[in-house]
Amino acid sequence: MSSARARSAAGSDGGRSAGARVGRTVVGAGTGAWLIEGIARYGESPVDVLVRDGVVAEVGPGLSAPRGARRLDAAGLVALPGLVDLHTHLREPGREDAETVETGSRAAALGGYTAVHAMANTEPVADTAGVVEQVWRLGREAGLVDVRPVGAVTVGLGGERLAELGAMADSAARVRVFSDDGRPVADAALMRRALEYVKAFDGVVAQHAEEPRLTAGAQMNEGVVAARLGLAGWPAAAEEAMIARDVLLAGHVGSRLHVCHVSTAGSVEIVRWAKAKGTRVTAEVTPHHLLLTDELAATYDPVYKVNPPLRTAEDVAALRAGLADGTIDAVATDHAPHALEDKETEWAAARPGMLGLETALSVAVLTMVETGLLDWRGLAERMSAGPARIGGLAGHGRGIVAGEPASLVLLDPAARWTVDPAGSASRSRNSPYAGRELPARVVATFLRGEPTVLDGKAVR
Amino acid sequence: MKHLLSAGDLSRDEALSLLDTAERMERALAGREVKKLPTLRGRTVVNLFFEDSTRTRTSFELAAKRLSADVVTFSAKGSSVSKGESLKDTALTLEAMGSDAVVIRHSSSGAPHRLAGWVRGSVVNAGDGTHEHPTQALLDAYTMRRRLGRLDGLRVTVVGDVLHSRVARSNVLLLATVGAEVTLVAPPTLLPVGVEAWPAAVSYDLDASLPKADVVMMLRVQRERMGDSYFPSAREYSRRYGLDRRRLALLPDDAIVMHPGPMNRGMEIAAEVADDPRRSTIVEQVSNGVSVRMAVLYLLLGGRGPRETTEPGGRSE
Repeated sequence: MSSARARSAAGSDGGRSAGARVGRTVVGAGTGAWLIEGIARYGESPVDVLVRDGVVAEVGPGLSAPRGARRLDAAGLVALPGLVDLHTHLREPGREDAETVETGSRAAALGGYTAVHAMANTEPVADTAGVVEQVWRLGREAGLVDVRPVGAVTVGLGGERLAELGAMADSAARVRVFSDDGRPVADAALMRRALEYVKAFDGVVAQHAEEPRLTAGAQMNEGVVAARLGLAGWPAAAEEAMIARDVLLAGHVGSRLHVCHVSTAGSVEIVRWAKAKGTRVTAEVTPHHLLLTDELAATYDPVYKVNPPLRTAEDVAALRAGLADGTIDAVATDHAPHALEDKETEWAAARPGMLGLETALSVAVLTMVETGLLDWRGLAERMSAGPARIGGLAGHGRGIVAGEPASLVLLDPAARWTVDPAGSASRSRNSPYAGRELPARVVATFLRGEPTVLDGKAVR
Repeated sequence: MKHLLSAGDLSRDEALSLLDTAERMERALAGREVKKLPTLRGRTVVNLFFEDSTRTRTSFELAAKRLSADVVTFSAKGSSVSKGESLKDTALTLEAMGSDAVVIRHSSSGAPHRLAGWVRGSVVNAGDGTHEHPTQALLDAYTMRRRLGRLDGLRVTVVGDVLHSRVARSNVLLLATVGAEVTLVAPPTLLPVGVEAWPAAVSYDLDASLPKADVVMMLRVQRERMGDSYFPSAREYSRRYGLDRRRLALLPDDAIVMHPGPMNRGMEIAAEVADDPRRSTIVEQVSNGVSVRMAVLYLLLGGRGPRETTEPGGRSE
């Protein structure tokens, strides 16, 4: 007899506090097969799901466990396909003090993710086949989620000449998403070439939309709060102007464009307009832009400093509406770990960015499901199937039906938990939700039939 | 009151009582041969200046010394802060040395707020980035009240680089609290987006604003702003927004002219206006600064014993 609790004893508690349901009855001898009993797929009527050999083997009421299969009592839990993050900063190589591929993978699994896209702004920059393969291998070794490296668009994120995009695409890492995230590809001609070039291997350029001449020295959203706090403003127009330029370019050359972390009401309108015209554009929004506003900067605590900055309540409402109606295709965390000394400073000296992997699902439930804007199927589309399609990940975001890969998240929709960054699996502590109570808790995550999280704890 | 971080922290009663205290301080010292009161004997006030400011630093030093406090002044140049020591480390060092109050000038908006979370003593904001400079607003209000006898209903026109001015932000908040009517006059490029939420009127036309002003306060405008295209040239700025002899004549008879210093003579203010003995209060502002800062230190520290243990992070008020 082995229990999930025993197997996961060495795992991190993932920042979860008491109060949520933790104990699940698990029995069986461990052949690798799992019978998940009474699970509500997408919140629908409960069924049993048999997982074997990495795939969903059978779905139906009253399934009997094959000999040796472990059983997981999932009464009251909701199953969704494993989440896919299009935007994760794992910091390795270069800033292993802030995060590693392994610690970030663990945080991702605890958040219900089975795949993440590791951004290219590492040290060295992921702008060659060598670096992306290194990140990909580290992800395989950690084995908690599929780590898909994002390749830099330009050499060294310098914005001057194209990196060897084809070499990265052909490498073992099979890169399909390219981004200079952290910085925009500001040069319009270079952006056009990048959009065209990646068509050859069905790649996509993910743009960090920020017109740099309009944001020199910018510290927070430009508006009433910035005026009061005396912090230099980051105008919404700096994001919107670049998105407008890019959708026109993508439309002109017939390429696929992905817009990172859309943060303003105006950006939603531009993307909506471009989609109506038939432009192949997709967009993501972060959990923090769905919940938090620029009023938080009044604390001058840089845990609320992020790029693009937190915006106004009107922007938050427009982003939620855009995500609900499909204008925005995906929730992406922009998980950005930072060492303590990079946040325990005056506002202007701090690095921008927030943790997100372990809280994304809860924030999405709070802002989209509990508000009635999305049902569970809608949420699965925005956090799993949608991002998997954008990233070209065939094995993720699939249905929970027989024959599909058994990459799943089981969550307790009734649980509420209080965020404690000290308990995070991330190496960093810069969560903007510290002390905040959030709904819904990840109980288990399966990656191709193998549990990475059980009882809300990482299995390793 | 624990800290003075923003002029907006002060209620009307607190602000007026602070000005009254400053007046009493000034009277108490007026007749004395030795310009010192024993009030803060045994207390330590640290002046932490990450930015050069001879005027404000000297004013705070003098204020603390006249109250018999021990004064330590750290300037960024030549100290460990210029060698990359973080604000937090500096704060912890000051804590270890046992300071009762820290007066901080910093180029980053909000630095005093951060400091207040890390030290047990009181924090006084002596100017943070483009955010606030509350003691400047207090000394300006003090000067207005002395010259014009009231603050309630006073019409104050603030002219210049409002966008980058901590003096403007603190003045708008404090003057609104004590019942004055503020009009901001500047080229649109030097007004922040969001200024409409401030308790002040906004105008682009200086000539139209002057005839109804009791006070005109000129803000320093750095010539370097020209490089960022905030205005086309120093000459054009001066023509449209500078206070010269012709504009001075548009003011009501008893109106006063203020400037927080340092001035750019010939840019925002003509030399002959700055030196006008009847209207200009610029020198007076400097001497009033010491009395007002004495009052601030007295009110923050006077009621408490040395190193009274308050937990770090205590909010002002």
